[in-house]
Amino acid sequence: MNIFERMMSVDRRWVFLFLALVCVLTYKVDFEVEVRVTDEVRKIYNFIDTLKPGDYIFVAIDYDPNSLAELHPMTYAIVEQAWRKNMKIVFTALSQNGPGMADQAIRDISDSLKLVKTYNGITYPTRDIVNGIDYIFLGYKPYPALVIAGMGQNFRLPFPTDYYGTPLDSLPMMRGIQNYNQMKCVIDISGTSGIDMWIAYGQTRYGFPLALGLTGVMAADYYPYLNSGQVFGMMGGILGAAQYEKLADNAGSALDMMRIQLYAHMVIILFIIIGNIGFLVSRRAKNQ
Amino acid sequence: MKRQIPLALVFFFGVLMIIQYFVPHEASEWTFEFLMDWIYIIGIFALALGIWSLVKVSWDKIRLRRENWQYAIVTLLGLVAMICFGFDYFRNVFNAAGLQNFMFRHFFDYIMIPIQSTMFSLLAFFIASASYRAFRARSLLASLLLLAALIVMIRFNPYFGPLTAYLEQTASWLLNVPNLAAKRAIVIGVGLGMVATALKVILGIERAYLGKD
Repeated sequence: MNIFERMMSVDRRWVFLFLALVCVLTYKVDFEVEVRVTDEVRKIYNFIDTLKPGDYIFVAIDYDPNSLAELHPMTYAIVEQAWRKNMKIVFTALSQNGPGMADQAIRDISDSLKLVKTYNGITYPTRDIVNGIDYIFLGYKPYPALVIAGMGQNFRLPFPTDYYGTPLDSLPMMRGIQNYNQMKCVIDISGTSGIDMWIAYGQTRYGFPLALGLTGVMAADYYPYLNSGQVFGMMGGILGAAQYEKLADNAGSALDMMRIQLYAHMVIILFIIIGNIGFLVSRRAKNQ
Repeated sequence: MKRQIPLALVFFFGVLMIIQYFVPHEASEWTFEFLMDWIYIIGIFALALGIWSLVKVSWDKIRLRRENWQYAIVTLLGLVAMICFGFDYFRNVFNAAGLQNFMFRHFFDYIMIPIQSTMFSLLAFFIASASYRAFRARSLLASLLLLAALIVMIRFNPYFGPLTAYLEQTASWLLNVPNLAAKRAIVIGVGLGMVATALKVILGIERAYLGKD
């Protein structure tokens, strides 16, 4: 076996080892990677940024811990931006392990708001986030299509009580709030096909502005909806989350992970190039 | 009768739901609410069936000492623990009841999240290995696919200097033109297929869901 044939058939354990080494090294060595912001992410940021204090937004946390690395940073950046601007948020979690993710995010972001922070040159004072006043967490119900359609008529249909068992009517934030009509937008952060249901049963039927946060591998699938105007903005994977963090001036784990992702991609590209050089030279030699 | 009644029910409720969707009336909303409750009730039976199936399969595995039977014990313990902490059967272990229970939250935060995240992160290694072996310039189409994949992967790489802007534009074109056209065709095709299948089921032409008996 000559060198080119070896290049074609590197044992996959070498690929694993090399990738693991690069991931660990880039995790340990701290340096910044430049992130360029795309229009589809900027539109979401601008939309939230132009809303007024007291406006309601709807955030659907439809992901499980397996997509946490990509999607949690989006939730953290958007929710903190909204809460810093005194907006009110209605949360749901329509994937099976979503309630745990939402519960964790709400706790962490509430803690972050107890600190004075400066974002984009504006200093925000501390504030306590109170359930029923600043947010309401509706929780999980099976059959997302039905739940999404039901909420379009009245949130109380699929969720008579919130996640913690409190009747919706007893929560101050829900006075006069019936359905999506009172929401300025819906942001679905999802690692599941639930996005299709938000588009088909939610946005198409009730006409609310919808933005998406999704995993990197899902992003390409949703460009048709962005192009048709059914979705007004989209964040794809760690890159999308990092762009949002950059816009919000709230550096979190996505910007931190960009250097790992960048070098991991470069390793993958390197192996693809090695494999192709080996393949092309070997094929030429065989043809001759 | 065994086949006619289900067919009649499917036809009736299928047509009813189509009409309900397009009629913005109080009666229509009531119908929707009523039927939604029915779906949840049916779902609860499915949940009970799922739990029973999990317990039975795991218990049989332990009883018959099948391969890796020890994992079945962990499965059953996990199931019982989460149910008991979630429903507060241990009456506030480490304070706070129900879904805010300390143990319920800690089981999720420190067991469930790391397990699922670890499983998914392994995907990166398999993708690296698979793309090394699969992305070969064997033909013109394979070369185009390879080129497109490389451009999309390196589009935000800042080390390409002034080339980055061009790569970004090309990647954006790839996503917004060829990708969009292909995806839109697929989405429209699938949508039409779904409508056709739904009509076939409602009209009783497609009867596979009834089974063979």
